[in-house]
Amino acid sequence: MAELLTLADAVASFVEDGQTIALEGFTHLIPNAAGHEIVRQGRRDLTLVRMTPDIVYDQMIGAGCARKLIFSWGGNPGVGSLHRFRDAVEHDWPAPIELEEHSHAGMAAAYAAGAANLPFAVLRGYRGTDLESRTRVARIDCPFTGERLSAVPSIRPDVGIVHAQKADERGNVQLWGITGVQKEVVLASARSIVTVEEIVPELEARPGAVVLPGWAITAVALAPGGAHPSYAHGYYERDNAFYVEWDAISRDRDLFRAWMQEHVYETADIA
Amino acid sequence: MTAVIEAGTYTAEEMMVVAAARRLRDGVTCFVGIGAPSRAANLARRTHAPGVVLIYESGTIGAKPQHLPLSIGDGELAETADAVVSVPEIFAYWLQGGRIDVGFLGAAQIDRYGNLNSTVIGDYEHPAVRLPGGGGAPEIAASCHETFVLLSQSRRTFVERLDFRSTVGFGDGIGSRELLGFSGSGVTAVITDLGVLEPDASTCELVLTSLHPGVDADTVRAQTGWRLRVSDTLLEGAPPTQAELSALRSFRTMENGA
Repeated sequence: MAELLTLADAVASFVEDGQTIALEGFTHLIPNAAGHEIVRQGRRDLTLVRMTPDIVYDQMIGAGCARKLIFSWGGNPGVGSLHRFRDAVEHDWPAPIELEEHSHAGMAAAYAAGAANLPFAVLRGYRGTDLESRTRVARIDCPFTGERLSAVPSIRPDVGIVHAQKADERGNVQLWGITGVQKEVVLASARSIVTVEEIVPELEARPGAVVLPGWAITAVALAPGGAHPSYAHGYYERDNAFYVEWDAISRDRDLFRAWMQEHVYETADIA
Repeated sequence: MTAVIEAGTYTAEEMMVVAAARRLRDGVTCFVGIGAPSRAANLARRTHAPGVVLIYESGTIGAKPQHLPLSIGDGELAETADAVVSVPEIFAYWLQGGRIDVGFLGAAQIDRYGNLNSTVIGDYEHPAVRLPGGGGAPEIAASCHETFVLLSQSRRTFVERLDFRSTVGFGDGIGSRELLGFSGSGVTAVITDLGVLEPDASTCELVLTSLHPGVDADTVRAQTGWRLRVSDTLLEGAPPTQAELSALRSFRTMENGA
């Protein structure tokens, strides 16, 4: 059964230096508050995993939390580049970052394989691209038809972190709208932390919602507004203006540091 | 962005998006990339193709947004969709499953065989510019029945040799896709701000087949990093209609207001 903890306690209990950590969210329900808590607690040498690293990973990379990034598209959606990510790749600032790069289809399949407790996923992809020789994939022949396919090692994070709309007092979690790879990352990870907009006595059935039983989750933490500047369907809209503002903040190392000081290091529990 | 657009005039970028939108037939299923491809696909749905099924990689199938989405996962896409599925499902069942007619992509660089770079400018280990990466594009181009690419044309973007091959169009030419096991007919149209390129049936090399109004073939050659071949039956596209322009500009207003 999931423990109900504060976000600070959940991160302190389960996120350790050197681990492989996935904070997922496909545009929607991005666990920004959890990312900020990891920065505040000064975690280092993390292997960060995410299909679409955006602002929160830009912040974690710029703050020096990451040793390696496993990803498939790293950008500021609708705006442009992630400048802290680029500074790390192009100029090793604040530290060099190792990349393991995939396609979306490859990463999605790798999470599903992780959730299914399989060592790898199979798909038609990667072949003919320059990525094939730069990343962890292998060619594999179908044992039945002989078709040549690509195998991608499954993703099995030490800790998977997602944001959701609701939990009940027993730690059952409900999320809806664009559900991304939320279910897969929780089930693929050795431990999981789910931050939620609210905790209610009882969840009501909702068509199309994903429900994760409390016994499949390690910890649930209340974090209202915890997806900001992304959105929580039914709670608040995407803060498009902030995505644009981040472009200017993140272009400059000093502006970035000042922003992080004010909004992350000196601000507890606000995304 | 041009400050003032007088009635009856339009920018080259608007012509590109309009020409791309016209390629999308009513009723097709279309896997949409963000940016110019999304503007073109939504323009098609607002004009001649109200029945086009817009599919975004966030798992929204049949999205009918009133506003132009800023990201592939805007809430309005989910609210207006016929179905919302998980990301593993959209790629495995719907895309790899062979159910999508048209993929609509952008890129940073393209070569003569329609292969795309969206990964790095310069060397992979020490890039001059680190771009976002392939994202959904590699498998979109691998599995859609056909793929359209939208890209402003210059020697910087239309290159003899890609800095990185993120996405396979026709690989090394005719027969490559079959060897790689990819279904679909590959990149069937590259729509630029100058004209349209289509693959030659016998070699798969991109050939200039249509010019936008007021553009000549020499201009297009000059903006292409390889020796561009020009079709014997070079067409001239029609300028944007007032209806197309006003629909497209209404998106702009909404984007700026967002």
